Amino acid sequence: MNEVRVSLVANGVPYRAVVEPRKTLADCLREDCGLTGTHLGCEHGVCGACTVLVDGVAVRSCLMFAVQAEGAEVTTVEGLSPDGALGPVQRAFRDEHGLQCGFCTPGFVVTAHAFLAEHPEPTRDEILEALSGNLCRCTGYQGIVRAVERAAASMGDDVT
Amino acid sequence: MKPAAFEYHAPETIDDVVGLLAEHGDEAKPLAGGQSLVPMLALRLARFEHVIDLNGVPVLAGIERRNGTVAVGAMTRQAELERSDDAAAVPLLGLAAPLIGHFQIRNRGTVGGSIAHADPAGELPTVALALDAELDVASTAGTRTVAASELFAGTWETTLAPEELLTRVRFPVWRGRCGFAVDEVARRYGDFALAGVACGVELDAHGTVVRAAIALLGLGSMPSRAGAAEAAIVGHAPSADELSEIGRLAMADLEPPTDIHASGEYRRAVGAHVVTRGLGTALERATR
Repeated sequence: MNEVRVSLVANGVPYRAVVEPRKTLADCLREDCGLTGTHLGCEHGVCGACTVLVDGVAVRSCLMFAVQAEGAEVTTVEGLSPDGALGPVQRAFRDEHGLQCGFCTPGFVVTAHAFLAEHPEPTRDEILEALSGNLCRCTGYQGIVRAVERAAASMGDDVT
Repeated sequence: MKPAAFEYHAPETIDDVVGLLAEHGDEAKPLAGGQSLVPMLALRLARFEHVIDLNGVPVLAGIERRNGTVAVGAMTRQAELERSDDAAAVPLLGLAAPLIGHFQIRNRGTVGGSIAHADPAGELPTVALALDAELDVASTAGTRTVAASELFAGTWETTLAPEELLTRVRFPVWRGRCGFAVDEVARRYGDFALAGVACGVELDAHGTVVRAAIALLGLGSMPSRAGAAEAAIVGHAPSADELSEIGRLAMADLEPPTDIHASGEYRRAVGAHVVTRGLGTALERATR
Protein backbone atom coordinates (compact mmCIF):
# COMPACT_ATOMS: atom_id res chain seq x y z
CA MET A 1 0.00 0.00 0.00
CA ASN A 2 1.58 3.25 -1.07
CA GLU A 3 1.13 6.21 1.22
CA VAL A 4 2.09 9.82 0.81
CA ARG A 5 2.61 12.70 3.17
CA VAL A 6 0.34 15.69 2.98
CA SER A 7 0.46 18.93 4.88
CA LEU A 8 -2.36 21.44 4.75
CA VAL A 9 -3.81 24.25 6.80
CA ALA A 10 -7.41 23.86 7.92
CA ASN A 11 -9.14 26.78 9.61
CA GLY A 12 -5.77 28.36 10.27
CA VAL A 13 -4.29 25.29 11.95
CA PRO A 14 -1.52 23.30 10.22
CA TYR A 15 -2.04 19.56 9.88
CA ARG A 16 0.21 16.76 8.65
CA ALA A 17 -1.07 13.37 7.62
CA VAL A 18 0.09 10.23 5.89
CA VAL A 19 -2.61 9.07 3.51
CA GLU A 20 -3.25 6.73 0.65
CA PRO A 21 -3.58 8.74 -2.58
CA ARG A 22 -7.14 7.50 -2.99
CA LYS A 23 -8.22 9.11 0.27
CA THR A 24 -10.51 12.04 -0.39
CA LEU A 25 -9.94 15.43 1.16
CA ALA A 26 -13.27 14.97 2.96
CA ASP A 27 -12.11 11.75 4.64
CA CYS A 28 -8.75 13.33 5.49
CA LEU A 29 -10.44 16.31 7.15
CA ARG A 30 -12.67 14.04 9.20
CA GLU A 31 -10.29 11.23 10.07
CA ASP A 32 -6.84 12.78 10.09
CA CYS A 33 -7.67 16.35 11.13
CA GLY A 34 -10.60 15.44 13.39
CA LEU A 35 -12.79 18.03 11.69
CA THR A 36 -16.02 16.05 11.60
CA GLY A 37 -18.16 19.07 10.78
CA THR A 38 -17.69 18.24 7.09
CA HIS A 39 -20.28 15.59 6.24
CA LEU A 40 -20.27 12.98 3.51
CA GLY A 41 -23.58 12.14 1.91
CA CYS A 42 -23.25 10.66 -1.55
CA GLU A 43 -19.44 10.58 -1.88
CA HIS A 44 -19.65 11.20 -5.60
CA GLY A 45 -20.28 14.88 -5.99
CA VAL A 46 -24.05 15.12 -6.12
CA CYS A 47 -25.27 16.12 -2.65
CA GLY A 48 -22.93 18.97 -1.67
CA ALA A 49 -22.83 18.03 2.04
CA CYS A 50 -19.01 17.94 1.95
CA THR A 51 -18.57 21.46 0.52
CA VAL A 52 -15.50 23.25 1.91
CA LEU A 53 -13.40 26.20 0.83
CA VAL A 54 -10.01 25.35 -0.69
CA ASP A 55 -7.87 28.46 -1.03
CA GLY A 56 -11.07 30.46 -0.60
CA VAL A 57 -13.07 28.70 -3.30
CA ALA A 58 -16.07 26.44 -2.60
CA VAL A 59 -15.49 22.88 -3.79
CA ARG A 60 -16.77 19.41 -3.09
CA SER A 61 -14.21 17.80 -0.80
CA CYS A 62 -15.29 14.30 -1.84
CA LEU A 63 -14.11 15.08 -5.39
CA MET A 64 -10.59 16.06 -4.37
CA PHE A 65 -7.96 13.71 -3.09
CA ALA A 66 -6.22 14.76 0.10
CA VAL A 67 -2.84 14.71 -1.68
CA GLN A 68 -4.16 17.41 -4.00
CA ALA A 69 -4.62 19.74 -1.02
CA GLU A 70 -0.88 19.76 -0.29
CA GLY A 71 -0.06 23.28 0.84
CA ALA A 72 -3.66 24.45 0.55
CA GLU A 73 -5.67 26.54 2.98
CA VAL A 74 -8.92 24.78 3.73
CA THR A 75 -11.89 26.27 5.53
CA THR A 76 -14.53 23.92 6.91
CA VAL A 77 -17.78 24.75 8.66
CA GLU A 78 -15.86 24.80 11.94
CA GLY A 79 -13.81 27.68 10.56
CA LEU A 80 -16.91 29.79 9.99
CA SER A 81 -17.73 30.01 13.69
CA PRO A 82 -14.78 31.73 15.29
CA ASP A 83 -14.56 31.41 19.08
CA GLY A 84 -17.41 28.93 19.07
CA ALA A 85 -20.01 31.62 18.41
CA LEU A 86 -22.39 31.30 15.47
CA GLY A 87 -21.48 33.19 12.31
CA PRO A 88 -24.11 35.29 10.52
CA VAL A 89 -25.04 32.49 8.11
CA GLN A 90 -25.38 29.99 10.95
CA ARG A 91 -27.50 32.43 13.02
CA ALA A 92 -29.81 32.92 10.05
CA PHE A 93 -30.17 29.16 9.56
CA ARG A 94 -31.18 28.81 13.22
CA ASP A 95 -33.56 31.75 13.12
CA GLU A 96 -35.28 30.67 9.90
CA HIS A 97 -35.43 26.95 10.74
CA GLY A 98 -33.09 26.26 7.81
CA LEU A 99 -32.27 22.82 9.20
CA GLN A 100 -33.99 19.82 10.66
CA CYS A 101 -31.75 16.76 10.96
CA GLY A 102 -28.72 18.92 10.19
CA PHE A 103 -26.81 16.45 8.07
CA CYS A 104 -26.70 18.65 4.96
CA THR A 105 -26.28 21.86 6.95
CA PRO A 106 -22.46 22.16 6.90
CA GLY A 107 -22.52 22.03 3.10
CA PHE A 108 -25.28 24.59 2.88
CA VAL A 109 -23.58 26.92 5.35
CA VAL A 110 -20.23 26.80 3.53
CA THR A 111 -21.98 27.17 0.16
CA ALA A 112 -24.01 30.15 1.39
CA HIS A 113 -20.92 31.71 2.91
CA ALA A 114 -18.99 31.45 -0.38
CA PHE A 115 -21.96 32.66 -2.40
CA LEU A 116 -22.67 35.69 -0.22
CA ALA A 117 -19.01 36.71 -0.30
CA GLU A 118 -19.37 37.19 -4.07
CA HIS A 119 -23.04 38.24 -4.11
CA PRO A 120 -23.64 40.47 -1.09
CA GLU A 121 -27.04 41.59 -2.39
CA PRO A 122 -28.42 38.50 -4.09
CA THR A 123 -31.78 38.19 -5.78
CA ARG A 124 -34.00 35.27 -4.85
CA ASP A 125 -33.28 33.63 -8.20
CA GLU A 126 -29.54 33.91 -7.62
CA ILE A 127 -29.99 32.29 -4.21
CA LEU A 128 -32.00 29.42 -5.71
CA GLU A 129 -29.32 28.85 -8.32
CA ALA A 130 -26.51 28.98 -5.76
CA LEU A 131 -28.24 26.44 -3.52
CA SER A 132 -29.17 24.11 -6.38
CA GLY A 133 -26.03 22.03 -5.92
CA ASN A 134 -26.86 21.06 -2.34
CA LEU A 135 -29.48 18.50 -1.38
CA CYS A 136 -31.63 18.60 1.76
CA ARG A 137 -34.09 15.77 2.38
CA CYS A 138 -35.86 17.31 5.40
CA THR A 139 -36.73 20.95 5.02
CA GLY A 140 -38.22 21.41 1.58
CA TYR A 141 -35.66 24.21 1.18
CA GLN A 142 -37.99 27.10 2.02
CA GLY A 143 -36.34 27.78 5.37
CA ILE A 144 -32.90 27.47 3.83
CA VAL A 145 -33.69 30.04 1.15
CA ARG A 146 -35.12 32.40 3.78
CA ALA A 147 -31.99 31.85 5.89
CA VAL A 148 -29.73 32.93 3.05
CA GLU A 149 -31.93 35.98 2.44
CA ARG A 150 -31.74 36.86 6.13
CA ALA A 151 -27.98 36.25 6.24
CA ALA A 152 -27.50 38.57 3.25
CA ALA A 153 -29.54 41.29 4.95
CA SER A 154 -27.76 40.89 8.32
CA MET A 155 -24.31 40.87 6.74
CA GLY A 156 -25.27 44.08 4.92
CA ASP A 157 -26.24 45.58 8.27
CA ASP A 158 -22.89 44.60 9.75
CA VAL A 159 -21.08 46.61 7.10
CA THR A 160 -23.11 49.78 7.59
CA MET B 1 -12.28 5.59 0.75
CA LYS B 2 -14.18 4.39 -2.24
CA PRO B 3 -11.87 4.37 -5.28
CA ALA B 4 -9.53 1.44 -5.82
CA ALA B 5 -5.92 2.09 -4.90
CA PHE B 6 -3.74 3.86 -7.43
CA GLU B 7 -0.32 5.39 -7.68
CA TYR B 8 -0.43 9.18 -7.68
CA HIS B 9 1.80 11.30 -9.89
CA ALA B 10 2.10 15.08 -9.69
CA PRO B 11 4.16 16.23 -12.71
CA GLU B 12 4.90 19.92 -13.23
CA THR B 13 5.49 20.09 -16.99
CA ILE B 14 3.71 18.82 -20.10
CA ASP B 15 6.85 16.84 -20.98
CA ASP B 16 6.64 15.02 -17.67
CA VAL B 17 2.92 14.34 -18.15
CA VAL B 18 3.31 12.84 -21.62
CA GLY B 19 6.35 10.90 -20.41
CA LEU B 20 4.24 9.28 -17.72
CA LEU B 21 1.43 8.63 -20.21
CA ALA B 22 3.89 6.98 -22.61
CA GLU B 23 5.25 4.85 -19.79
CA HIS B 24 1.94 3.64 -18.40
CA GLY B 25 -0.36 3.73 -21.46
CA ASP B 26 -3.96 2.80 -20.77
CA GLU B 27 -3.19 1.99 -17.14
CA ALA B 28 -2.82 5.72 -16.53
CA LYS B 29 -5.41 8.51 -16.52
CA PRO B 30 -4.84 12.26 -16.40
CA LEU B 31 -6.76 13.91 -13.56
CA ALA B 32 -7.99 17.40 -14.46
CA GLY B 33 -10.74 18.92 -12.28
CA GLY B 34 -11.92 15.50 -11.19
CA GLN B 35 -15.60 16.39 -11.28
CA SER B 36 -16.38 13.44 -13.57
CA LEU B 37 -13.34 11.21 -13.11
CA VAL B 38 -13.43 11.07 -9.32
CA PRO B 39 -17.11 10.02 -9.21
CA MET B 40 -16.32 7.35 -11.80
CA LEU B 41 -13.43 6.13 -9.66
CA ALA B 42 -15.61 6.26 -6.52
CA LEU B 43 -18.36 4.26 -8.21
CA ARG B 44 -15.70 1.98 -9.72
CA LEU B 45 -17.03 2.60 -13.20
CA ALA B 46 -13.37 3.16 -13.99
CA ARG B 47 -10.15 2.03 -12.40
CA PHE B 48 -6.57 3.03 -13.17
CA GLU B 49 -3.24 1.92 -11.75
CA HIS B 50 -1.81 5.39 -12.20
CA VAL B 51 -3.48 8.77 -11.79
CA ILE B 52 -1.57 11.70 -13.24
CA ASP B 53 -2.64 14.95 -11.62
CA LEU B 54 -2.53 17.91 -14.03
CA ASN B 55 -3.28 20.50 -11.35
CA GLY B 56 0.41 21.20 -10.79
CA VAL B 57 1.12 22.04 -14.45
CA PRO B 58 0.58 25.81 -14.57
CA VAL B 59 1.20 26.13 -18.32
CA LEU B 60 -1.98 24.17 -19.01
CA ALA B 61 -4.26 26.90 -17.58
CA GLY B 62 -5.20 30.27 -19.02
CA ILE B 63 -7.23 32.02 -21.69
CA GLU B 64 -5.61 33.93 -24.51
CA ARG B 65 -7.13 35.77 -27.47
CA ARG B 66 -5.04 35.82 -30.62
CA ASN B 67 -5.30 35.51 -34.40
CA GLY B 68 -9.06 35.35 -34.48
CA THR B 69 -9.27 32.61 -31.88
CA VAL B 70 -9.68 32.28 -28.17
CA ALA B 71 -7.20 29.67 -26.94
CA VAL B 72 -8.27 28.06 -23.70
CA GLY B 73 -5.76 25.97 -21.77
CA ALA B 74 -7.06 22.53 -20.93
CA MET B 75 -6.81 23.13 -17.17
CA THR B 76 -8.72 26.42 -17.24
CA ARG B 77 -11.54 26.18 -14.70
CA GLN B 78 -15.06 26.37 -16.09
CA ALA B 79 -15.80 29.21 -13.65
CA GLU B 80 -13.16 31.26 -15.47
CA LEU B 81 -15.29 31.24 -18.63
CA GLU B 82 -17.97 33.23 -16.81
CA ARG B 83 -15.67 36.10 -15.85
CA SER B 84 -12.92 36.22 -18.50
CA ASP B 85 -12.92 39.24 -20.85
CA ASP B 86 -10.93 37.24 -23.39
CA ALA B 87 -13.41 34.36 -23.34
CA ALA B 88 -16.21 36.88 -23.99
CA ALA B 89 -15.09 37.06 -27.64
CA VAL B 90 -16.60 33.58 -27.98
CA PRO B 91 -20.06 34.14 -26.48
CA LEU B 92 -20.98 30.44 -26.49
CA LEU B 93 -18.39 29.84 -23.75
CA GLY B 94 -19.98 32.28 -21.34
CA LEU B 95 -23.48 31.08 -22.29
CA ALA B 96 -22.61 27.42 -21.72
CA ALA B 97 -20.66 27.81 -18.49
CA PRO B 98 -23.55 28.55 -16.09
CA LEU B 99 -25.29 25.38 -17.28
CA ILE B 100 -22.39 23.12 -16.28
CA GLY B 101 -23.23 21.46 -12.96
CA HIS B 102 -23.25 23.88 -10.04
CA PHE B 103 -20.89 26.68 -9.07
CA GLN B 104 -18.87 24.46 -6.75
CA ILE B 105 -18.37 22.06 -9.67
CA ARG B 106 -17.32 24.87 -12.03
CA ASN B 107 -14.78 26.13 -9.50
CA ARG B 108 -12.92 22.88 -9.94
CA GLY B 109 -14.03 21.43 -13.29
CA THR B 110 -11.94 22.29 -16.32
CA VAL B 111 -12.55 23.05 -20.00
CA GLY B 112 -10.19 20.37 -21.27
CA GLY B 113 -11.41 17.81 -18.76
CA SER B 114 -15.00 18.28 -19.86
CA ILE B 115 -14.17 17.98 -23.55
CA ALA B 116 -11.84 15.00 -23.15
CA HIS B 117 -14.41 13.27 -20.93
CA ALA B 118 -16.85 13.48 -23.88
CA ASP B 119 -20.10 13.14 -22.02
CA PRO B 120 -22.92 13.15 -24.61
CA ALA B 121 -24.80 15.74 -22.54
CA GLY B 122 -21.72 17.90 -21.90
CA GLU B 123 -22.10 21.57 -22.79
CA LEU B 124 -18.45 22.28 -23.65
CA PRO B 125 -17.98 19.33 -26.02
CA THR B 126 -21.07 20.60 -27.84
CA VAL B 127 -19.77 24.16 -28.00
CA ALA B 128 -16.44 22.88 -29.34
CA LEU B 129 -18.29 20.94 -32.02
CA ALA B 130 -20.58 23.85 -32.92
CA LEU B 131 -17.65 26.19 -33.48
CA ASP B 132 -15.34 23.69 -35.20
CA ALA B 133 -12.80 24.24 -32.43
CA GLU B 134 -9.29 22.90 -32.86
CA LEU B 135 -7.69 20.85 -30.12
CA ASP B 136 -3.98 20.82 -29.41
CA VAL B 137 -2.80 17.41 -28.34
CA ALA B 138 0.62 16.46 -27.00
CA SER B 139 2.48 13.18 -26.67
CA THR B 140 6.09 12.08 -26.58
CA ALA B 141 5.83 11.92 -30.40
CA GLY B 142 5.18 15.68 -30.54
CA THR B 143 2.07 17.76 -30.93
CA ARG B 144 -0.83 17.56 -33.34
CA THR B 145 -4.10 19.35 -33.93
CA VAL B 146 -7.42 17.53 -33.88
CA ALA B 147 -10.63 19.04 -35.26
CA ALA B 148 -13.55 18.86 -32.84
CA SER B 149 -15.50 17.05 -35.55
CA GLU B 150 -12.87 14.29 -35.40
CA LEU B 151 -12.69 14.02 -31.61
CA PHE B 152 -15.81 12.32 -30.35
CA ALA B 153 -16.13 8.56 -30.79
CA GLY B 154 -18.99 7.61 -28.47
CA THR B 155 -20.16 7.98 -24.89
CA TRP B 156 -17.09 8.98 -22.84
CA GLU B 157 -14.90 8.01 -25.78
CA THR B 158 -12.61 10.10 -27.95
CA THR B 159 -10.21 9.37 -30.75
CA LEU B 160 -7.25 10.43 -28.58
CA ALA B 161 -4.79 7.68 -27.75
CA PRO B 162 -4.15 6.84 -24.07
CA GLU B 163 -0.68 8.32 -24.51
CA GLU B 164 -2.02 11.67 -25.70
CA LEU B 165 -2.87 14.73 -23.62
CA LEU B 166 -5.31 17.47 -24.61
CA THR B 167 -3.43 20.68 -23.82
CA ARG B 168 -5.46 23.49 -25.34
CA VAL B 169 -8.68 24.20 -27.20
CA ARG B 170 -8.81 26.96 -29.81
CA PHE B 171 -12.27 28.42 -30.41
CA PRO B 172 -12.71 30.62 -33.53
CA VAL B 173 -14.10 34.12 -33.02
CA TRP B 174 -17.09 34.94 -35.24
CA ARG B 175 -17.16 38.51 -36.52
CA GLY B 176 -20.01 40.51 -38.01
CA ARG B 177 -23.69 40.45 -37.02
CA CYS B 178 -23.72 37.30 -34.94
CA GLY B 179 -25.93 35.85 -32.26
CA PHE B 180 -25.52 32.75 -30.13
CA ALA B 181 -27.53 30.67 -27.70
CA VAL B 182 -27.18 27.63 -25.50
CA ASP B 183 -30.54 26.18 -24.57
CA GLU B 184 -31.35 22.97 -22.79
CA VAL B 185 -34.00 21.21 -20.74
CA ALA B 186 -32.98 19.42 -17.55
CA ARG B 187 -35.13 17.90 -14.81
CA ARG B 188 -33.44 20.08 -12.19
CA TYR B 189 -31.12 23.05 -12.47
CA GLY B 190 -27.58 21.78 -12.94
CA ASP B 191 -28.59 18.26 -13.89
CA PHE B 192 -27.49 16.64 -17.10
CA ALA B 193 -29.76 17.94 -19.83
CA LEU B 194 -32.35 15.69 -21.46
CA ALA B 195 -31.72 17.58 -24.68
CA GLY B 196 -29.95 20.78 -25.59
CA VAL B 197 -28.43 22.90 -28.29
CA ALA B 198 -25.50 25.25 -28.77
CA CYS B 199 -26.02 27.40 -31.82
CA GLY B 200 -24.81 30.48 -33.63
CA VAL B 201 -26.01 32.49 -36.60
CA GLU B 202 -24.42 35.25 -38.67
CA LEU B 203 -26.62 37.68 -40.61
CA ASP B 204 -25.91 39.91 -43.57
CA ALA B 205 -27.10 43.55 -43.75
CA HIS B 206 -30.58 42.42 -44.85
CA GLY B 207 -31.06 40.03 -41.94
CA THR B 208 -30.48 36.91 -44.04
CA VAL B 209 -28.59 34.10 -42.34
CA VAL B 210 -25.22 33.64 -44.03
CA ARG B 211 -23.71 31.21 -41.52
CA ALA B 212 -25.26 28.84 -39.02
CA ALA B 213 -23.93 26.29 -36.56
CA ILE B 214 -26.26 23.98 -34.66
CA ALA B 215 -24.82 21.36 -32.30
CA LEU B 216 -26.92 19.04 -30.18
CA LEU B 217 -26.36 17.48 -26.77
CA GLY B 218 -28.07 14.66 -24.92
CA LEU B 219 -29.64 13.30 -28.08
CA GLY B 220 -27.21 10.51 -28.93
CA SER B 221 -24.07 8.75 -27.78
CA MET B 222 -22.08 11.90 -28.49
CA PRO B 223 -22.69 15.53 -29.43
CA SER B 224 -23.64 16.00 -33.08
CA ARG B 225 -24.12 18.71 -35.67
CA ALA B 226 -27.52 19.21 -37.25
CA GLY B 227 -26.19 19.65 -40.79
CA ALA B 228 -29.52 19.51 -42.60
CA ALA B 229 -31.00 22.12 -40.28
CA GLU B 230 -27.96 24.36 -40.76
CA ALA B 231 -28.31 24.11 -44.54
CA ALA B 232 -32.03 24.88 -44.29
CA ILE B 233 -31.58 28.11 -42.37
CA VAL B 234 -28.70 29.58 -44.40
CA GLY B 235 -29.98 31.97 -47.07
CA HIS B 236 -33.20 32.68 -45.19
CA ALA B 237 -34.59 35.06 -42.62
CA PRO B 238 -36.80 32.42 -41.03
CA SER B 239 -40.24 33.05 -39.60
CA ALA B 240 -41.39 31.46 -36.35
CA ASP B 241 -43.11 28.67 -38.32
CA GLU B 242 -39.98 28.03 -40.32
CA LEU B 243 -37.94 27.84 -37.11
CA SER B 244 -40.30 25.17 -35.80
CA GLU B 245 -39.78 23.23 -39.00
CA ILE B 246 -35.99 23.60 -38.67
CA GLY B 247 -36.24 22.29 -35.10
CA ARG B 248 -38.00 19.16 -36.36
CA LEU B 249 -35.50 18.85 -39.20
CA ALA B 250 -32.64 18.88 -36.68
CA MET B 251 -34.08 15.71 -35.12
CA ALA B 252 -34.55 13.91 -38.44
CA ASP B 253 -31.71 11.41 -38.37
CA LEU B 254 -31.41 10.99 -34.61
CA GLU B 255 -32.26 8.06 -32.40
CA PRO B 256 -32.24 9.69 -28.96
CA PRO B 257 -31.57 7.35 -26.02
CA THR B 258 -34.27 6.11 -23.68
CA ASP B 259 -33.37 5.95 -19.99
CA ILE B 260 -35.01 6.50 -16.59
CA HIS B 261 -35.04 10.26 -17.14
CA ALA B 262 -36.84 10.38 -20.47
CA SER B 263 -37.90 8.27 -23.43
CA GLY B 264 -36.20 8.73 -26.76
CA GLU B 265 -39.44 10.01 -28.19
CA TYR B 266 -39.72 12.66 -25.48
CA ARG B 267 -36.11 13.68 -25.99
CA ARG B 268 -36.82 14.13 -29.69
CA ALA B 269 -39.78 16.41 -28.94
CA VAL B 270 -37.75 18.40 -26.41
CA GLY B 271 -34.80 18.53 -28.80
CA ALA B 272 -36.89 20.01 -31.62
CA HIS B 273 -38.26 22.58 -29.20
CA VAL B 274 -34.89 23.69 -27.82
CA VAL B 275 -33.42 24.00 -31.32
CA THR B 276 -36.34 26.21 -32.35
CA ARG B 277 -36.12 28.27 -29.18
CA GLY B 278 -32.30 28.48 -29.25
CA LEU B 279 -32.21 29.62 -32.86
CA GLY B 280 -34.89 32.20 -32.11
CA THR B 281 -32.77 33.56 -29.27
CA ALA B 282 -29.62 33.57 -31.40
CA LEU B 283 -31.39 35.41 -34.25
CA GLU B 284 -32.78 37.97 -31.84
CA ARG B 285 -29.34 38.57 -30.36
CA ALA B 286 -27.85 38.96 -33.84
CA THR B 287 -30.35 41.65 -34.75
CA ARG B 288 -30.03 43.55 -31.50
